[in-house]
Amino acid sequence: MSGLEFSQWLADTPWSIAIHEGPYPLIESVHVLTLCIFVGLAVMLDLRLLGVMMRRVPVSEVARRLLPWTVAGFVVMVISGALLFYAIPVRSYQSIWFRFKVLMLILAGLNVWVFHSGIYRRVSDWDLDPVAPRPARVAATLSLVLWAAIVLSGRMIAYNWFDCYKPQSAVVNLLAGCVAEASIP
Amino acid sequence: MSLLPFFEWCENVGVGQAIRISDWLFPVIEGFHLLGLCIIGGAILIVDMRLLGLGLRRQPIAELARDTRPFLIGSLAVMLVTGVLLFSSEAVKCYYSFAFWFKMTCLALAIIFTFTVRQRVTLMDDARMSPIKAKIVALVSLALWSGVGWGGRWIGFS
Repeated sequence: MSGLEFSQWLADTPWSIAIHEGPYPLIESVHVLTLCIFVGLAVMLDLRLLGVMMRRVPVSEVARRLLPWTVAGFVVMVISGALLFYAIPVRSYQSIWFRFKVLMLILAGLNVWVFHSGIYRRVSDWDLDPVAPRPARVAATLSLVLWAAIVLSGRMIAYNWFDCYKPQSAVVNLLAGCVAEASIP
Repeated sequence: MSLLPFFEWCENVGVGQAIRISDWLFPVIEGFHLLGLCIIGGAILIVDMRLLGLGLRRQPIAELARDTRPFLIGSLAVMLVTGVLLFSSEAVKCYYSFAFWFKMTCLALAIIFTFTVRQRVTLMDDARMSPIKAKIVALVSLALWSGVGWGGRWIGFS
């Protein structure tokens, strides 16, 4: 089963239609407003690493005390995001914005993994430095750029400039995986 | 006196027209409005959570409030500028939107509260602050700013 066939199968399930016609705006609002908790608090740690905020607070203190909230926010983001995809699967699957967002999410995940398995293991050596060492600052900068890209591309999914039901350039058709018979809105 | 003529005027100013005519200006400005939301959300939460005894609870409140203040003010400025631009492109729709008036009411109260009561309390010496008062301030702040957020998102659905 291809990704598109799977999306079409999802679209025909009763719950997909029910969410689409029912609580979609509510779920989307939760998804957007949880940005404050998830991205907002992740950004606070990035800014601490870069030395532009909370320079006198130990890095491990910021990371450890905020992490449970960031994780909780992330869980809400993933669940509400999955429900939003489930409600509009075929169009989302064929959206270049959605595809770009997923790619950026994977990169953001890798960045977290590299940070935690690398420089952060030795945090006790630089915990009190007002500005974190270079590898940590690189991770913080990448995190800020990637999450900004994720927020912006996520917002753009709602707009139909590059939707498959419109005539698109060959590049867009390729990147969005447009299939003519599956693209009726 | 009705405010409607003023809203109609806003919509007909060059900026509002340009944003309305363009296919991509509104989404891009809206995108930056959302990036501002992330920062303002983080800056407010760090301090309000601390007032509630959560998150960075070993740090002095006044220090956290001072550290986050430039980001609170900076992101609020971004929100206000992008917000006014978004408003100017659809002012008449906003005039008839309950969500818009709800958001503006919460916003006015949130700004006043943040820069008077909350500011005075958070910059106070920790030892002099009563924990109950701190918690009430945090809950009022969170309630008002949540109202701004929900109201804002709901303008788009109305």
